[in-house]
Amino acid sequence: MDIVRVDQLKKYFPVTSGVFLRRTGHIHALDGVSFSVKKGETLGIVGESGCGKTTLGRCITGLTEPTAGEIRIKGKSFFGTHGVPRKESASTLQMIFQDPFESLDPRQTVRQILEEKYIIHGRDGKHLDQEIHALIEKVGLLPDALAKFPHEFSGGQRQRIGIARAISLDPEIIVCDEPVSALDVSVQSKILNLLLALQQEMGLTYIMISHDLSVVRHISDRIGVMYSGKMVELGEAGDIYENARHPYTRALLSAIPIPDPRGRKNRILLKGEVPSAEHPPVGCRFNTRCGYVQALCFEQEPLLQGSQENPDHWIACHVFNSGG
Amino acid sequence: MGENIILDISRLCVEFDTEAGRVRAVDGVGFQLKKGKTLGIAGESGCGKTITALSIIRLLPRPVSRIVQGRVLFQGRDLLALSKQEMQQIRGRKIAMIFQEPMTALNPVHSIAKQMVEIHQIHFPGLSRTKMADASVELLEKAGISDPGIVMKKYPHQLSGGMRQRVMIAMALACRPDILIADEPTTALDVTVQAEILDLIQTLKEESGMSVVLITHDLGVIAENCDDVAVMYAGKIVESAGVHDLFQYPRHPYTKGLLASIPSRAPRPKTMLPTISGQVPSLTDMPEGCRFQSRCPLCADICKSIDPDERIMGQNHGVRCHMADEQGR
Ligand SMILES: Nc1ncnc2c1ncn2[C@@H]1O[C@H](COP(=O)(O)OP(=O)(O)OP(=O)(O)O)[C@@H](O)[C@H]1O
Ligand SMILES: Nc1ncnc2c1ncn2[C@@H]1O[C@H](COP(=O)(O)OP(=O)(O)OP(=O)(O)O)[C@@H](O)[C@H]1O
Ligand SMILES: [Mg+2]
Ligand SMILES: [Mg+2]
Repeated sequence: MDIVRVDQLKKYFPVTSGVFLRRTGHIHALDGVSFSVKKGETLGIVGESGCGKTTLGRCITGLTEPTAGEIRIKGKSFFGTHGVPRKESASTLQMIFQDPFESLDPRQTVRQILEEKYIIHGRDGKHLDQEIHALIEKVGLLPDALAKFPHEFSGGQRQRIGIARAISLDPEIIVCDEPVSALDVSVQSKILNLLLALQQEMGLTYIMISHDLSVVRHISDRIGVMYSGKMVELGEAGDIYENARHPYTRALLSAIPIPDPRGRKNRILLKGEVPSAEHPPVGCRFNTRCGYVQALCFEQEPLLQGSQENPDHWIACHVFNSGG
Repeated sequence: MGENIILDISRLCVEFDTEAGRVRAVDGVGFQLKKGKTLGIAGESGCGKTITALSIIRLLPRPVSRIVQGRVLFQGRDLLALSKQEMQQIRGRKIAMIFQEPMTALNPVHSIAKQMVEIHQIHFPGLSRTKMADASVELLEKAGISDPGIVMKKYPHQLSGGMRQRVMIAMALACRPDILIADEPTTALDVTVQAEILDLIQTLKEESGMSVVLITHDLGVIAENCDDVAVMYAGKIVESAGVHDLFQYPRHPYTKGLLASIPSRAPRPKTMLPTISGQVPSLTDMPEGCRFQSRCPLCADICKSIDPDERIMGQNHGVRCHMADEQGR
């Protein structure tokens, strides 16, 4: 069953200039993104800085209002004319951020931080203390953490607090935005293990945003590759890794440094700059950096389509998905 | 062998004054950089990589920190014994450094052109203005900037992170340094841009024969770009070896643990990753004996009382561990 469905999602941020803040254009942060997520799976989202990953996560969790398109969560539309009020989705959907320090109030103790959600949602009954203790144990912290403030913890421990807060109301879906990017590898592996264990235990569905492809590979069932506000390739994690079709995905994969000196390889170095989000190129957005461009790539935007050999492997490319 | 070593550091110790008293952030660090080669310094946040690098060019934060012991031999001269003026002749000219966030090293209120020319004025005051501008354009081109004329007119904030790092590299190379110290030069960048910048450093190194010290916490970057590696933990180098030897036969339990916890080295996706238990001890509360003891699966009595000296095993493979065996793994 599809627990999340995103249809033609768009988010444009206005660009203003001058003293009167005249609107002079738009940043196309998301420009027609569609995909679905099955219950209990992890969908990884990768792509370079500014391609729209965080905006996508924030739209899904309701922190940002989309410009157009539809988001359905468990069959209910949460955006568009028939949208259900957001509050209802709050206990279903949660988000974990890259820097838990920024998202944790420095003046609150861990106990206050964790209690807040229960209070907002009127679930601060007589078992609250018990629930908070169970929660802190679940994320691998000791009960004495409850009386401390965020700055008294290391980065990895702060991320555990962020995770505890996210799972406090038994959500079904968690959007993780770069949850381990700020952490050292030895801490990162512990947090990834925790996320994997919680998923098994609670049947969670994850949307895992990261620019680290080896992290995404390890934790995801399927992977979506974004470029300049578009989804350019989507498929099973193994397929994306072993059988990438889109030239951008292949360049991205070839750029990952492999921690094995015997594996030094030939890179596909991308020439040219990342396209501007305000004036994206006409046609395929990758046409300024692609080594395989043809005339059509400057005229028509390629659609994300299932490939002929494997309908579950979606590619948006005129050259490498000619049969559609 | 002695001849081809351009930088020879030994017993380097750096202390900081903190609220909790005096702490030793770098404790007895030593390594040798071979001419024309790249040495990687790996290790997790706070282990002392940047402080080690800053000690080499004597730019430690003052007055809170100081080098209390050690020797930094560059082409046979001890940099720590030089006067301020003599050191200025070396810094930038013979040994250049680039940083993780080029924004901090670039002047935000001056155009790239002005900053590039300034570098030439400092080091080559005899040149004419036009010669300086020409040389600047040439350097930017070398650093992989395709339209240097346009970039020269811009200010740092108008450039992308990758472009800023290219400008930094161009500036660092202005004097054709013998050594380039790159401190996390690509950590803030996308992997595709990281690949371009590392490729650029590699190409320039091959062209000019300079030597590189590459500091990073990313073992993938180390594996792909370095000839030799030193792994730091809590202010000490715990293991050092040729890159192939280190990745194939890691001997220190910390190095082994680090390598095992990298997701791409896991045998299968979605399985639990091996982890290193516990946390790095605080500098103000270092245990007696080995600094890794509380997290080490091999910890024995001797580890709790005696700090292990470096032992050389196999092919010039140095390990600071009582329990490491000759065979490696
Ligand atoms: N609140 C905002 N106002 C204006 N522009 C925005 C806003 N938030 C994001 N953007 C722009 O939208 C685009 C997508 O940003 P987003 O943060 O989603 O990228 P990202 O893929 O998460 O990047 P990163 O990897 O750097 O986190 C960027 O061009 C960004 O500058
Ligand atoms: N200005 C300072 N005052 C006090 N202690 C400091 C100062 N700068 C650094 N230190 C300490 O020195 C130690 C080594 O710091 P250093 O910056 O060399 O770490 P690093 O290995 O470069 O880490 P990172 O990967 O985070 O850059 C750290 O434990 C740090 O707390
Ligand atoms: Mg983001
Ligand atoms: Mg550092």
